[in-house]
Amino acid sequence: MSSVEPPLIASPGFMGSLRKYLRIFRVSLVERLAYRADFLLGTVLRFLPLVTSVLLWSAVYRGSGNDTIEGYTCRQVIAYLLLVHVSRMFSSMPGLASGIARDIREGTVKRYLVQPLDLQAHLLAYRAAHKFAYIVTSALPYGLLFWLMGGYFDWPREPWIWAAWLASLILGFFLGFLMEFVLGLLGFWFLEISSFLYLVNTVSFFLSGHLMPLDLFGGRMAMVLKELPFQYLAYFPATVILGRETPGAVMNGLLVEIAWCLVFLVVGRVALRLGLRRFSAFGG
Amino acid sequence: MSQGSQKGGAGPAIEVSHLCRTYKVAQKKAGLLASLRGLWKGETRTVEAVRDVSFRIDPGEMVAFLGPNGAGKTTTLKMLAGLVYPTSGTARVLGYLPWEREDSFRRQFSLVMGQKNQLWWDLPAADSFELHREIYSLERARFDSTLGELVELFGVDKLTRQPVRELSLGERMKMELIASLLHEPKVLLLDEPTIGLDVVAQGTIQRCLREYNLRKRATIILTSHYMRDVEALCSRVLMIVHGALQYDGQLSGLLDRFGRSKLVRLHFEETVPHGLERFGECKVNGPVAELKLEKSQIAQVLSSVVDLPGLVDLSVQDPPLEDVVAMAFGSGAGKP
Repeated sequence: MSSVEPPLIASPGFMGSLRKYLRIFRVSLVERLAYRADFLLGTVLRFLPLVTSVLLWSAVYRGSGNDTIEGYTCRQVIAYLLLVHVSRMFSSMPGLASGIARDIREGTVKRYLVQPLDLQAHLLAYRAAHKFAYIVTSALPYGLLFWLMGGYFDWPREPWIWAAWLASLILGFFLGFLMEFVLGLLGFWFLEISSFLYLVNTVSFFLSGHLMPLDLFGGRMAMVLKELPFQYLAYFPATVILGRETPGAVMNGLLVEIAWCLVFLVVGRVALRLGLRRFSAFGG
Repeated sequence: MSQGSQKGGAGPAIEVSHLCRTYKVAQKKAGLLASLRGLWKGETRTVEAVRDVSFRIDPGEMVAFLGPNGAGKTTTLKMLAGLVYPTSGTARVLGYLPWEREDSFRRQFSLVMGQKNQLWWDLPAADSFELHREIYSLERARFDSTLGELVELFGVDKLTRQPVRELSLGERMKMELIASLLHEPKVLLLDEPTIGLDVVAQGTIQRCLREYNLRKRATIILTSHYMRDVEALCSRVLMIVHGALQYDGQLSGLLDRFGRSKLVRLHFEETVPHGLERFGECKVNGPVAELKLEKSQIAQVLSSVVDLPGLVDLSVQDPPLEDVVAMAFGSGAGKP
């Protein structure tokens, strides 16, 4: 035994761990770039529904005979719908929950039990890389789009609004990730969650304000929706940059968003621990 | 408490005592009505996957788990890897309780179970290896030299820059094994490492595992259905049938214990004479007859056949290992 070399146990510590996940970020980025063509096409296709939205809302306003609905002019609604795309660019997590559920069902999740690697931190690094690649490559087409449709926008001059917008977008990424992560963990308890995920996605389309500004739901409904975490995935960042919120309201919104992130972080950690325990109890 | 008295010390690499594992499996009767009832209240049945298994393995040993499908080999491996909790009994691997999954334990072992485990499908294996370096926090210089050695050992020099999805099954398995060896594990648990591979690839993997075992004094447990693997690699076998340990010892001992018969080949000048059936089971193929005999009969039968007219050659052989193992599995099945 004495002839055996000492094991390579270097305790990595916090910086070491951070480096580990940054490395994962880098490799994920390389992987993502392997799919360049898919990328570009995906971005362009995303614009198509916008055209219908513009036509639809113009018709709605013409039909109603009013210049504003719940405080929004037609121009503002269209600007909002464009900006919601930017929000979703950060907060949407396609395939995250279903991927986790699939890993659980197929047993590949065992990798995180056998290796010194954390499932959540690994996926976060992976997602961050994908988002980064996505946002960088779609900056050009989006820039072009916003320039073409410049007539719909009154961009704010205050730097704090731009800073708050950026903060709300980045927080939206984290909240979107943490919420979707919790959903995926349901796979530990249910064999098949795809129809459930479909339902949640559909409902979230309304609740997040992806379909239209939450204010347009009117009165009490709008009030309730603004208490839910979904609004931070689409609605909130868009209203910030539209300049519809007072500095106090924006600050408050960001703090509540951070609180939601913490809530879902804790729920996710607890669920992950319980889920892995259940996984081991059921036979890996 | 989990800090075993001999963690990383000079004790056995693996020590298992009275390990048991039961599963509850859903029972569903056929038919729509039964399915609907199952939605309401599922019936379960208890299966004893592993029953009171005890053994110890010293550092540097290479041991094979033998047993028919569903015998409990994989469940035992999973418990040793910390993937599954035992129902009762205990196991220590390198002094650790595996299911506590301490990082310092996880840095010292590897589990290879099937493919597509650790490699990124669309990236070259080299990228996955880099990632491994980070996951296990390996020093650059040592990682580079280990990787260099392994790539040379497995003979995959030109393949590490090619996307994994374009590799053949055998090449992928080699990459998978390299990935699992990069952190120089002291204990290696392999579930069917050569399944589906051709003889050449099987041979390479056998050679590499033996080499790794020698170089690092690593302890290796493998399950395999290929007796060729077992013969080439492991002097010791543990046979598990119906969750219970049926045999623990040398491979040759298994032959002595279960290989009660011998094969006597008689080669005649022209045709095989009639009447050989009286000695035992007889297969005739042209001028060659094969007699399957109990060991105790051999001497007596040989003395009577040597004088048969036209006999040109005679040999006594052990039956194929596969047959012996199949017989051993069958005998284990008799004892529940």
